[in-house]
Amino acid sequence: MVSLTFVRRMNGLTKTLAQLIKGETATISSFSDDTLALKLIEMGCIPGEKITLQHVAPLGCPYAFEVNGTLVSIRKSEAQFVLISQ
Amino acid sequence: MLNTNLFSTLQQNFSSKEQLKIALIGNPNCGKSTLFNALTGLHQKTGNYPGVTVDKKTGVCKAQNPVTKQMQWFRLIDLPGTYSLFPKSLDEQVSFGVLMDNKNVDYPDIILIVVDASNLKRHLLLATQLIDLGRPCILVLNMIDAAKANGIEIDVNKLAELVQVPVVSCDARHQQGIEKVKDTFFAFAQNIQPQQGLINIQATVNKDYAESVHKFVNQTSVYASLLKQRSNIEKDENLNIYNKKFFTGFESRDMLFRFEKIKKISLECVNYSSVRTDLKATDKLDRFTTHPFWGFVIFIAVLFLIFQSIFYLAEFPMQWIEIGFSFITQKTRELLPDNFFTSLLTNGILAGLSGIVVFVPQIALLFGFIGILEDSGYMARVSFIMDKLMRKVGLNGRSVIPLISGMACAVPAIMSTRTISNKKERLVTILITPLMSCSARLPVYTLLIGIMIPSSYRLGFFDVKGLLLTALYLLGIIVAIGVAAVLKYILKTKERSFFMMELPVYRIPQAKTILLTMLEKVKVFLLDAGKVIMVISIILWFLTSYGPKKEFAAIDKNYTEAFAKANADSVKQELTTAMETQKLQASYAGHLGKIIEPVIKPLGFDWKIGISLITSIAAREVFVGTMATLYQSGDKEDNLSIRQKMMLEKNPSTGKLVYNFAVCLSLLMFYAFAMQCMSTLAVVKRETNSYKWPIIQFVYMSALAYVASLLVYQILK
Repeated sequence: MVSLTFVRRMNGLTKTLAQLIKGETATISSFSDDTLALKLIEMGCIPGEKITLQHVAPLGCPYAFEVNGTLVSIRKSEAQFVLISQ
Repeated sequence: MLNTNLFSTLQQNFSSKEQLKIALIGNPNCGKSTLFNALTGLHQKTGNYPGVTVDKKTGVCKAQNPVTKQMQWFRLIDLPGTYSLFPKSLDEQVSFGVLMDNKNVDYPDIILIVVDASNLKRHLLLATQLIDLGRPCILVLNMIDAAKANGIEIDVNKLAELVQVPVVSCDARHQQGIEKVKDTFFAFAQNIQPQQGLINIQATVNKDYAESVHKFVNQTSVYASLLKQRSNIEKDENLNIYNKKFFTGFESRDMLFRFEKIKKISLECVNYSSVRTDLKATDKLDRFTTHPFWGFVIFIAVLFLIFQSIFYLAEFPMQWIEIGFSFITQKTRELLPDNFFTSLLTNGILAGLSGIVVFVPQIALLFGFIGILEDSGYMARVSFIMDKLMRKVGLNGRSVIPLISGMACAVPAIMSTRTISNKKERLVTILITPLMSCSARLPVYTLLIGIMIPSSYRLGFFDVKGLLLTALYLLGIIVAIGVAAVLKYILKTKERSFFMMELPVYRIPQAKTILLTMLEKVKVFLLDAGKVIMVISIILWFLTSYGPKKEFAAIDKNYTEAFAKANADSVKQELTTAMETQKLQASYAGHLGKIIEPVIKPLGFDWKIGISLITSIAAREVFVGTMATLYQSGDKEDNLSIRQKMMLEKNPSTGKLVYNFAVCLSLLMFYAFAMQCMSTLAVVKRETNSYKWPIIQFVYMSALAYVASLLVYQILK
């Protein structure tokens, strides 16, 4: 299945949401997983929006991000598929 | 492109006598149910959608036409929360189905779109999709107070102009603006032009294809036809082959174009003047609730506080109910002649009724507390901090909510597992939920703990009874998790596990919402569980009052002779008690209990407990009612409570107390683990769509109960 309108070639240098540290902010650039992308977009994680890592659950996972005025909690393994730019 | 007939039909309907149907729809956490409650008040009822176990809330609402001043009734339906019109979960499919199927009984005439004004951008996604269906829509900006407090100013008139539907703002939690919302119901009675599409559909899907689909599916707009076609091809393999390629990437294109449009809209009519204070406050609280150490401490403290409160708070109303019923029973006996009907009334019906009503305080309190946890937003944090632990045993953070709800009742808890999209995680959650101590066990626990620890001992700060109760709840949790860990290796799946959820802003729970939930749950309990308990009480009364004629005649004969010889009142009374006990043993129930006695003897149970175990298969709380009936037939003079009677009960052969520490604990273990609830089994059958899983569940839980009781009794006796 062809990815979204913003297909982006992945390279080793692309940073993902899983690499943010607590309190850090980045801009969502695209997704590398289609199923996940739909769910994330619905929750307001739109490419171009600023996203901040607010909380990390007690055992290191999941994460809670603030994006578009909403707190969204995502597992670390899911955050991997969200590509970001800083 | 748009269906103009729809609007003229609607205008005609306003003048006809038929009630117009309005559907409330919105994202989860938009305050939709609060608005529904504010609009309908007590004029609402909860049912099920046919075929699926999604709660269906409907109600009626009276509103005055602002122009003609005539009163008119509307039928309201509260649809399950949904993020977009691309349904994923069962809940979302139900909402989609009602909205898109004009043959559905609930197909709305007007769509009431509810959005959180303080979170407008995100909530407008669903709103713009709904508006593009080309049907009569009203946009309600709920929580307008929260938006204002956070420096968000919305130009309502400008917004209405941009989205081309009537827009109204309200604050349902504080009952502000409800009348204005009602006024908009009549907006379509006047001449309102139908909307144009908000986004350019040709940019999201092939134009020729869109037109041919619209001709063929013929919904209210091109967009509606496309959505319908999209859901059709998901169900139909044949349609799939040709159509699927046109829909590749359709959803994400659609949503991104909508967000572009929403950005433009919000630039024109929304003004952000300050930093959001609610997010800041939520953030501060979350630092504690998601803290590596304090997060868990708070969670355990909250649970502990809830169960301690239930134990204390429920005690008083329960006492009043017990006193009330024994007074009524006594009066009935005094006033009516001693015959078949009086016996049925006092020992059957009244005994059963008191056994039902006495749980109402506990059930109401428990559902009240769970409602507070959900309404405040704390429940989502619990899922958040527990996800990793839950994953280790093959579950999901979302499993925590069903498991905690299972402490109230496994039936709604199992229904709420529908939010878990992974099939295996969902199945495991369903299988272990009945191990959580539900409210039906509470009366059994309360009774048995009361016998084990008669007076109120204290361990420093805590009541020992409360501690023992907490321990039983913890035991349920630990065993449930253990079973999940075992099931993790038995059940296999290739499906991906997801955990993606919104952590809503903390809010002070709304008394009205909580009270309505409590009322509804108590009603369900009294009517549904109550019926079963009532029927069983009457059957039991018959089984305990009657037996094989020969045996009864023999007892009667023996005692008539003995009575003739006795002169002192005290001797007569002793004889009466002895006769009643013998009759109970000779009754049908006595025979039944004796048949299973050999099996349960190693657990320390006698035939009376045996009868209770049999009747409890219907529902656990029947245990208390059965005990009441069994010990009621023992004497008729005094009005001791069941607990006091059970404490005095002696083994006729050894003369020792029947309900000693070992037996009580063994019974507690049995009730903690056994699958004694027909309603739960029925729900599991419905939710898993098979007989296999409820049977497996029944077998494994019964085995667990037997072994646990056996161990406890054999070690302690």
